[in-house]
Amino acid sequence: MARRRDAVVRRGLRHVRRSIVEQPGMFTLAVLASSLYGGMTVASAWVIGQITDRVLLPAFADGATTAAALALAAAAILGVALLKIVGILGRRLFAGIMSYRLQADYRRRVTRQYLRLPLSWHQKHPTGQLLSNANSDVEASWFFVAPLPFACGALVMIAITVVALVLTDPLIALVGLVVFPLVFLVNVVYSQVMSPRMQRAQQLRAEVSEIAHESFDAALVVKTLGRETAETERFQARAEELRDGLVAVGRVRGLFDPMMEALPSLGTLAVLLIGAGRVADGSTDAGSLVSIAYLFTLLALPIRAIGWVLADLPRALAGFDRVTPVLEATGETPYGPDAAVAGEVGAEVGVHDVGFSFDGTSRPTLSGVTFDVPAGRTVAIVGPTGSGKSTLAGLLVRLVDPSDGHVLLDGIDLRRLREGEMSDQAAFVAQGTFLFDDTVRGNITLDAPFTDEEVWTALRVAAADDFVAALPEGLDTRVGERGATLSGGQRQRLALARAVVRRPRLLVLDDATSAVDPSVEARILDALRSGGGGASAAPATVVVIAYRQATIALADEVVWLEQGRALARGTHAELLAAVPGYAALVRAYSQAEVAA
Amino acid sequence: MTDVTVAADHREEGALATLRRGLRMMPEFRRGLPVTFALALVATAGRVVVPIAVQQVIDRGLAAGAPDMSLLTWLVLACAIVVVLTAVAVYRMNVRLFRTTETALANLRVRAFRHVHDLSVLHQQGERRGSLVSRVTSDVDQLSVFMQWGGVLGLVSVGQLVVATVVMSLYSWQLTLLVLICFVPLAVAVRWFAKRLAASYGIVRERVGDVLGAVAESVVGAPTVRAYGVGTRTANRIDTAIDRQYRAQVEAQKVTAAVFVSGEFVAALANAAVVVVGVLLGVAGEISAGTLVAFLFLVTLFVAPVQTASEVLNEAQNAVAGFRRVLDVIDTEADIRDPAIDDPAGVRELPGGPLGVRFDHVSFRYAPGAPKALDGVDLTVAPRLRMAIVGETGSGKTTFAKLVTRLMDPVEGRVLLGSDAAGWVPLDDVAFASLRSRVVMVPQDGFLFHATVADNVRYGRPGMTDADVVAAFDELGLTDWVGGLDQGVATPVGQRGESLSAGERQLVAVARAYVADPDLLVLDEATSAVDPATEQRLTRALDTLTDGRTTLTIAHRLSTAERADEILVVDAGHVVQRGTHAQLVDAEGPYARLHASWRRSSAGEPTSAV
Repeated sequence: MARRRDAVVRRGLRHVRRSIVEQPGMFTLAVLASSLYGGMTVASAWVIGQITDRVLLPAFADGATTAAALALAAAAILGVALLKIVGILGRRLFAGIMSYRLQADYRRRVTRQYLRLPLSWHQKHPTGQLLSNANSDVEASWFFVAPLPFACGALVMIAITVVALVLTDPLIALVGLVVFPLVFLVNVVYSQVMSPRMQRAQQLRAEVSEIAHESFDAALVVKTLGRETAETERFQARAEELRDGLVAVGRVRGLFDPMMEALPSLGTLAVLLIGAGRVADGSTDAGSLVSIAYLFTLLALPIRAIGWVLADLPRALAGFDRVTPVLEATGETPYGPDAAVAGEVGAEVGVHDVGFSFDGTSRPTLSGVTFDVPAGRTVAIVGPTGSGKSTLAGLLVRLVDPSDGHVLLDGIDLRRLREGEMSDQAAFVAQGTFLFDDTVRGNITLDAPFTDEEVWTALRVAAADDFVAALPEGLDTRVGERGATLSGGQRQRLALARAVVRRPRLLVLDDATSAVDPSVEARILDALRSGGGGASAAPATVVVIAYRQATIALADEVVWLEQGRALARGTHAELLAAVPGYAALVRAYSQAEVAA
Repeated sequence: MTDVTVAADHREEGALATLRRGLRMMPEFRRGLPVTFALALVATAGRVVVPIAVQQVIDRGLAAGAPDMSLLTWLVLACAIVVVLTAVAVYRMNVRLFRTTETALANLRVRAFRHVHDLSVLHQQGERRGSLVSRVTSDVDQLSVFMQWGGVLGLVSVGQLVVATVVMSLYSWQLTLLVLICFVPLAVAVRWFAKRLAASYGIVRERVGDVLGAVAESVVGAPTVRAYGVGTRTANRIDTAIDRQYRAQVEAQKVTAAVFVSGEFVAALANAAVVVVGVLLGVAGEISAGTLVAFLFLVTLFVAPVQTASEVLNEAQNAVAGFRRVLDVIDTEADIRDPAIDDPAGVRELPGGPLGVRFDHVSFRYAPGAPKALDGVDLTVAPRLRMAIVGETGSGKTTFAKLVTRLMDPVEGRVLLGSDAAGWVPLDDVAFASLRSRVVMVPQDGFLFHATVADNVRYGRPGMTDADVVAAFDELGLTDWVGGLDQGVATPVGQRGESLSAGERQLVAVARAYVADPDLLVLDEATSAVDPATEQRLTRALDTLTDGRTTLTIAHRLSTAERADEILVVDAGHVVQRGTHAQLVDAEGPYARLHASWRRSSAGEPTSAV
């Protein structure tokens, strides 16, 4: 237990050093500013003491004072305060910048990794985890940085204070040497007692929220089975656990706050008592006594900053531990030297003895798959759920590389192509439609130089021109995450237009028309096959993963995939006659067709 | 009516009115309040002990020449005792406050949760579910966090200001006035500061949202980004968002720092003024040296409250806004009410045995002014009849299901359950408990809870053992399916049942309805594609489930309609056809057209739009 805590402290210090090494400039500025603040805090107490000695007491004793003395006193107070303010401003600003820069920097590094790492890496990590790695984990990693310079400044301040105390009066210094470490110790104990309680409260909050989400999502089931009261009891149990957890947190904090108030106060009183005696026997003067008493009331807060840093470190380490694997993940998509065969006609696709398995799973997703798609032909890939269709689609456009065998484009292994060649030749429309938080135009062009006319042509092919024209701002309407609400079918048609506008030589559709009416789908596929609408356009090669019989019937040929193997190939009619599994599946799906 | 505009009349309500409304709703808050207040008084009084001690030591000890050490010792000891007592009082006060507020908030949370389940907006407008969840989670959490950190701090700070002012005015009214003149403008400015802070942090929050969205593109959109080779574009978009967030954060930090130091500056100003005026007053013999030094100590008590106030005010506004949202939910009247609660005397029992359904000139619209979803429907479904309702999207067919299960009430006419032999009972006279035990609906998505298969099945009938659940699956002909599961009926289904396929989730939902053993069954058929083996099982299980029960099926597949005893064809809120499959196929009409288009699509020809 103790050793583990030591390890945390050591790792924590290393983490602190990392933050300093990454932002040395800002850290130096912030610590300088913080030290200025610390110095001026001590100075302000000293000034009060000096004023007591030189202005106050003589004036009260003599019953007279001079304007010059008063002006000097006022100027000293204001001057010190202004420098102190400069210190605070600098400390807060530079510390903030340091922390924000680290956050921004690591967020950039993490997302660069997301963009660089192959899709196979993505598939092994849940989406939610990757999102929180880039957001909350990065934030947590550098949260302690904000009070870090303050804490360093506090150390400077304590050092100055101790020296000043010893120089003024060793006996009074003893009080400081007891009180300051005590304040620090209380802080350390506090953060150690508090952090598990805070974690538990946080955990319970998440659980309460989970129940609420689930129960409200289940509203129809709950209501129609008359289980509202039971659900409320389930929620109440967790809500009361949370309440108890929060009261436990409150109890610790409720004790800590008054202790932090009382310790410096008791110190001040001790200073007064000891000091009065020392002043009486002439060992020190009244001014020093006042300034030390004043200093005690000012020092409590900066010492707490050290506690803040310590309290945040475990959370920072936990966050950073989750970020590190992303930053250290390796895996490249190596590119070759070859250019693709540029041409006006559709590309020729070759799949030769291709196998694929996700790491760690014993059963390969695909094995020994072989087929060719001649230029300009349309092939449908059909198979039951889990037969490997989507994986195969991804292999064709090199979202992933095969474990065995070769995928060829015009006879060239995809791995030999230069970077960017693949996406120039082929377009892919994924199963779950993805729209960027951008305008309709931005979503279709992806910033490539297409004219509006070309965009409208693509929209027409994808049967999306009507609804886009009806949008409030046409092509400039924002869609995606926070934009206009589009139906599933409309989103799919925009994704199709994105593919069409590029006039790809190979088009791969992974169940990309499921939310589009069958008749519209037929029109779209017809247009796609003829190469993107224009009369002059040459037909593209199309590979489509399909469920609907109507879609399948549009293909020149069908590849039947079952348990990762391409078991049959032929026209729809041939397979219906020859492959019982195929016939059963196609019939089941068409019975499942939504009738209305 | 169903589009609940949640208590819009409260929108203009002020913070104080919200607090008053909240306190009315949460009597727990008031319990033991006098003791807490007494403790708070002691707590704040203790803060001025040190300045008073300083004054006493200087005036009695140092200024007088030879100090009376035994007197000073007693004095300082007394002060130390007060300091310790203060600390104890603060601790007691804190614990009392935390316990009261957390208890009150937990009860508020539970009350809001229960009430949300009574609101039809929950199942009518799925997109608003998220915001209802935050009523019982983040809104209450925010209140609790505010109470724990800001609320208590604010309370003590205000007390500290009051006590410091009182002590100061006892020492010297002139100097007190001077200090107040310095601080009052700041107190006024704090409100303005809080607004600036809220604005800056509002921008930061917005930018954080943009970053979240941009980052999501690199994760959720990874296949698309890769396939189109737009990695650089995405990286640039992320960089821009991150940059904008960074700049907003720095801007906000500038405002925060400026606000923070204003207190320091004013305190220095006050100290300088106190020294100058105090010395002049002292020379005139008005005050003692100790009083003047004590004032310098007292001024420091003003700094912290100003600094916390500027930070707390902002959060207070958010917390009050959250509080208002929670109260508004509780104040929203449930639109469908249980007669057993409203009018226990008028409650009627449903007759025993199979239940028929009668619509007596029923009309319904989803919102005032909206077109009628059902328009003057009259029909009777005899007990034990299996009826399929078909129609295009928006024809009103799902409205039938919602009216029969009393998820909504008709705007005109009545829905009755019963039979000609046993009599008909209007739905709104039936106690919910009785209604829910006799009428069960299987919703379209067949929602499963994050628990085991068995837990999900017995949700419809708590108290069943695992063996009972296994037996139920056997009766439904699903023994082989259960056998195929890793741990049988004890297999966890994952969140929202995600470990099971859509079809398997339907199987569990059917079993759940089966064990609930209703007399009237309402099925809202799923539209998702299901693999052939599961499809077969589902059909078999549904046959057992509906056997001998009155069944209304909202059919999305014509194969389902074919198997029903009778078919109801709905169009634009009217029943346009009713009959058996054979009758309707032969008759000219919408059903024959639907059927023909289905046949075409099965044969693999491109269909015209249906």
